[in-house]
Amino acid sequence: MTAEATTAPSRVRDRAQYGLCAALALVGLVVIWDATRIGAATSSNDPVGPKALPFVIGAALLVVSALYALDVSRGGVGEQEAGEDVELGHPADWRTVGLLAAAFLLNAFLIEPLGWVISGALLFALASFALGNRHHVRGLAIGIALSLITFYGFAIGLGVNLPAGILQGIL
Amino acid sequence: MDNVSALLGGFADVITPMNLLFALLGVIVGTAVGVLPGIGPAMTVALLLPITYGLPVEQSLILFGGIFYGGMYGGSTTSILLNTPGESASVVTALEGNKMAKTGRAAQALATSAIGSFIAGTIGTMLIVLVMPQVVSFAISLGSPEFLAIILVAFVGTAAILGSSRVRGFAALLMGITLGLVGTDFVTGQQRLTFGSPFLADNIDVVVIAVGIFAVGEALWVAAHLRRKAATVIPVGRPWLSKADWGRSWKPWLRGTALGFPFGAIPAGGAEIPTFLSYLAERKLSKHPEEFGKGAIEGVAGPEAANNASAAGTMVPLLALGLPTNATAAIILAALMSYGIEPGPLLLTKEPDLVWMLIASLFIGNFFLLVLNLPLAPTWAKLLRIPRPYLYAGILFFASMGAYAVQGQPFDLFLLLALGLLGFAMRRFGLPVLPLIVGAILGPLFERHLRRSLQTTGGDVSGLLGGPVAWVCYGIVIVVLLWPLIARLRRVVDRGVDGTGGRGGSAGASGGPQDSAPGVAAPADDGELAGGVQDTEYGRAFDDPEHASVGRSSERDGPPASTSGTTDPTTRKDSES
Repeated sequence: MTAEATTAPSRVRDRAQYGLCAALALVGLVVIWDATRIGAATSSNDPVGPKALPFVIGAALLVVSALYALDVSRGGVGEQEAGEDVELGHPADWRTVGLLAAAFLLNAFLIEPLGWVISGALLFALASFALGNRHHVRGLAIGIALSLITFYGFAIGLGVNLPAGILQGIL
Repeated sequence: MDNVSALLGGFADVITPMNLLFALLGVIVGTAVGVLPGIGPAMTVALLLPITYGLPVEQSLILFGGIFYGGMYGGSTTSILLNTPGESASVVTALEGNKMAKTGRAAQALATSAIGSFIAGTIGTMLIVLVMPQVVSFAISLGSPEFLAIILVAFVGTAAILGSSRVRGFAALLMGITLGLVGTDFVTGQQRLTFGSPFLADNIDVVVIAVGIFAVGEALWVAAHLRRKAATVIPVGRPWLSKADWGRSWKPWLRGTALGFPFGAIPAGGAEIPTFLSYLAERKLSKHPEEFGKGAIEGVAGPEAANNASAAGTMVPLLALGLPTNATAAIILAALMSYGIEPGPLLLTKEPDLVWMLIASLFIGNFFLLVLNLPLAPTWAKLLRIPRPYLYAGILFFASMGAYAVQGQPFDLFLLLALGLLGFAMRRFGLPVLPLIVGAILGPLFERHLRRSLQTTGGDVSGLLGGPVAWVCYGIVIVVLLWPLIARLRRVVDRGVDGTGGRGGSAGASGGPQDSAPGVAAPADDGELAGGVQDTEYGRAFDDPEHASVGRSSERDGPPASTSGTTDPTTRKDSES
């Protein structure tokens, strides 16, 4: 319809962007709702109080989400981020993303009970599997090596905060 | 020469065998991670920051200085050998550097880049020593209103200037400020956006935000679009320069340094503009202009020096004002804060030892980089062949390790995943990442200065105006916000016709959201000015919200504007189909 439509004929209008606008507006509403919940807290010492900025930011989020939607309706498209390992031609591979998120969550649940060496090794092995690695043993071996190196090098060597978990006393 | 003797004192504190070992370790780890494809300097620094947490401050700084320079250099190696700039600042390096590599001169490209980076880094760091005390003595006279205005410039600058779309930049900025709001209010102790969770009560750590958005977001984004075929890596020998190469390189190094440092030192300057300017300058001044586009060594030497000098320049506003001007500086600010160092005008007087130690660490990191990376370049090049599943699994691995190490809470890992998904969405929809990081870091500071400046006047708005520095800053903010309108008016004046388009634009800008929202007026407008609509459209969109967020009317304007905005698309759709 306008300049954008002719410059980007390859892309159909990206309607998913409206979802992002809605999410922005929702965040704005939550921020405002949360600010109304704060009791009257201004004082002579602090005339602005803790409510003012959330109100302004929440309102600004609503305005930006509206303008964003306006921009989208006029054919505005955000450029997806390119990269050397990124191929934008085909649709997103949600299976891989889901598996990665699952591996990530598993690590979050297991890191304290089992310790970083086990949970980190599992994270690496599962994540590389999700990304297409089919040498399962090698993946696991690299994971174990990495988590042992980081545990000894960083946690014991540099004092970084990593849990030993069930291997406490063995490592 | 007070500064120089202070710096020598810094060196004396830093140079012990143990500390030098830490510098070496930092450079090795920083280069190794920075050279990995897809990982730019900012992500390198964010990922590796947590490994410095267990150490005393001095050693953290030294380790960190090494990581910083290692990460920078690693990024240029990748862009030369793989033609994959890890960040926008190395785009120009890749231009000629990759061509050189393809014609069998990879070794020379890496050498001129390494030596040029070293020279630029050294001169740049010297300039920090000379310039910073002056900036500090100026900055110390600034009060909260001035800082408020300067932060506003940084906000508007990152959101509106450095990106293709202003509305998307501001969306990212506001999300960042929102993330910065989460936690306990520092004055009243009220909980904001914590939803009753004790884990959110002491604010979201900036490292978790940065690692989530940069590293996890990137890994998820790549995972969704993974190219199944690995890119070709150009093999490389040991870097060296012939006499002729030296002759062609040394002037570009110096010119690049001269261009890079000042740009780095101004807020919202960054490294993109000086690297590009340096490239243009070298192409113009070169005795071999015919080689440009085919791998001219000047085209690598100049921009690389400009890039590193600009990185050194960013240290000036960072240390003297507490203002980060690019993503890497934003992470460095987070790092310094986590070491208990509060950058700003008082830092140099309160903790001069630490400042000079940091600067001495930068010198040492820079030096180690040179002695280490010339011989090791072939080894780093091998890292580029790392299979992609292992690479991105490794990123997730280190990201979780770092985020957990910040506070030792599994909760941060869940938060990290949520932020990673946000980073994924931002890449999907083309929202810039930097405004979010800047908003999250500077948002709390902004609020602090806002409340402090109004406290002194007892709530009277005049407290915001401050002195001339603040006026200049507000002037800059207004010009940036109104720029599309100004540009449009200038075009209109130049053409001497098309008055309707100009008037339509000015009404939209000054009148508030309601005026520009109705979709009927818009197409006519766009049709007439189709030539340059792209920027003016975002621009007009952007004059409004900032007025709204500054003015008190925003609460009233917000909701109606959003409804008219969301209904608008549907009406437009109807009229189209």
